[in-house]
Amino acid sequence: MTAVATGHPAPLHPAIPSEPAAPAVVEISGLSTVFGKGDQAFTVHQNLDLTVRRGEILSLVGGSGTGKTVLLRHILGLTQPTAGSVTVLGEPAARLTGKGAASRVGMLFQQGALFSAFNVLDNIAFALREQGTLPSRVVCDAAMVKLQMVGLKPEHASRMPADLSGGMVKRVALARALVMDPPLLLLDEPTAGLDPNSSDDFCDLLRELHASLGLTVVMVTHDLDTIFALSTRVAVLAERRVIVSGTPQEVVRFDHPFIQHFFLGERGQRAMAPVPADASGDKDR
Amino acid sequence: MARWPHLSCTAFPSIDLATCCLLMTDPQPRIERADTPDGPSAALLGRWGAAELGTRSQWLALSRQLADQPSGPGLGWDLRDIAWLDHVGAQLLWNHWGRAWPARLQLHDAQRDMLERVAQFSTEEPPRDTWTLSQQVDRLGVLVLHALDHGRQMTEMLGQLVLDIGRLLRNPRRGPWRDVSGHLYRMGATALPITALVGFLIGVVLAYLMSLQLRQFGAETFIVNILGISLVRELGPMLGAILVAGRSGSAITAQIGVMRVTEELDAMRVLGIPHGFRLVMPRVLALAIAMPLIALWTTLAALGGGMLAADIAMGISPAYFVQALPAAVSPSNLWMAMLKSVVFGAGIALIGCHWGLRVKPNTQSLGEGTTASVVTAITMVIVVDALFAIGFKNMGIR
Repeated sequence: MTAVATGHPAPLHPAIPSEPAAPAVVEISGLSTVFGKGDQAFTVHQNLDLTVRRGEILSLVGGSGTGKTVLLRHILGLTQPTAGSVTVLGEPAARLTGKGAASRVGMLFQQGALFSAFNVLDNIAFALREQGTLPSRVVCDAAMVKLQMVGLKPEHASRMPADLSGGMVKRVALARALVMDPPLLLLDEPTAGLDPNSSDDFCDLLRELHASLGLTVVMVTHDLDTIFALSTRVAVLAERRVIVSGTPQEVVRFDHPFIQHFFLGERGQRAMAPVPADASGDKDR
Repeated sequence: MARWPHLSCTAFPSIDLATCCLLMTDPQPRIERADTPDGPSAALLGRWGAAELGTRSQWLALSRQLADQPSGPGLGWDLRDIAWLDHVGAQLLWNHWGRAWPARLQLHDAQRDMLERVAQFSTEEPPRDTWTLSQQVDRLGVLVLHALDHGRQMTEMLGQLVLDIGRLLRNPRRGPWRDVSGHLYRMGATALPITALVGFLIGVVLAYLMSLQLRQFGAETFIVNILGISLVRELGPMLGAILVAGRSGSAITAQIGVMRVTEELDAMRVLGIPHGFRLVMPRVLALAIAMPLIALWTTLAALGGGMLAADIAMGISPAYFVQALPAAVSPSNLWMAMLKSVVFGAGIALIGCHWGLRVKPNTQSLGEGTTASVVTAITMVIVVDALFAIGFKNMGIR
């Protein structure tokens, strides 16, 4: 990537998501996941294909138990699919969790997963400090910058995770995920458990970071407001595969009971209302 | 965001795709000195990213180069040919520049955005706590209060336990018997193999050591007395209690501590289920019942080991051993051992619960609590044993 590419005179929804030129960051093909053995076995994914291109904000949507979080864990290389391949940044996902993983992918866990024995600053600086090269002053400063980029104040740096509110935990977790500026960011329910205000703030923050860092984002969410506010593309998981993926507008028009129920219920209507028809996609497909 | 400081920023030529690809395959971050009409300039090349700076060889080379380019008014900086710059690289540069914009700087807009963000958010280091006498005195006071708090909480827990047992006696059918039986199995039955093994080996070791000494006096048959008294009265209950303190004391603390971390303790309270009656009492009862049985079992295993070793080392037959034992050890020793074990068991469980309930919701505290629980429990076992030894010194020994 050149300086120009890092650079991001980007609009709020930068790259046109479905533009074929953008290279694939995540490629999932023929993926199957089976849990349990024998009689107890149940299939979560079957022959699932999904590609995430650079600069996209992809929302993974699906009912409970459709394996959204499992899919994220496959992408992270934390779990291995029963069959199929997951390629992240041109390499098999299984190799992702090795040395330098923090510079390739960032993950925001649903509960934050902050290290409860470290204070906020040490949580953020952990991956950077573990490399053992940079002077501690630079590491501290870099962590402080990330801390403030996610909207926290310097005086929060010395707090312990147990003393943080839910929204702050998410922010610290996001700062920790971003400390090495990874090109790919995975979010598991980023706004779950936040009040509407914090949730909106968090969306704004993600949008800003996406624009300024040129991130590719994959998120699992149930929050319709977040989906419409942020995502450039929505992939719907049902029937053990991705039944449709496209801009929110395209997905809403797809005829499937889950989508009808999920998007076109009362809550969906309310969330969609403020979104103009062409807000998140301007290309005919 | 703060307004941009005034910079001499020249327009940059657009970089074509081929250059992009070339630059992408150029990871080593480095500095090249160049002379421009305005004076010397340091051109940055390569990938200035966290991953590259984190690679030791690249970092060593780069930090040497950085040291050769001290930041000063005479030197210009050119970031335009850099292949990749992230916040960590920008931070490194910013700190190298002494947290100020260099006089001559050429860079792209995106890089300037990043550096501005770094500049805006770089804060002065928070002052470190300095050592003062009054703070140390404060700390001592806090320690004392802490100890008092422990004492108070222990007393409360003991009182609550008495009340809970009273409640159980009034209405035994509604007691948490399933919990008790579960704990009996986990803390008692599953401890049998390890206590038997340790007891047996200690018995063997003791018998061998004694045999060497006793043979010098021709007093081989006294092995029965020595082993009998020491194992039945002291070592059996002690060994069992120390093993159980390590095994179950830590387990109790960890269990209850994790319940604190996952807010299960709060959930129980909200549901109106008292901690004392459902968490503490079943464990205390289970260990108070299991501990004497484990002590007996350990003693038997140790006597078995001693008997075997005495047979091999001194030719004292097991038949003689078994026959002589009742004469050597009066039953009151056994009763005392059992009584002692009940106290050990109840104490271990109480200490485990005490530390478990004090765990704060973080992993550090969980670890500290578990350690403290085991250390306190073992200390308690030894102290109680000493108290029993003094208190019952005239009992059972002729």
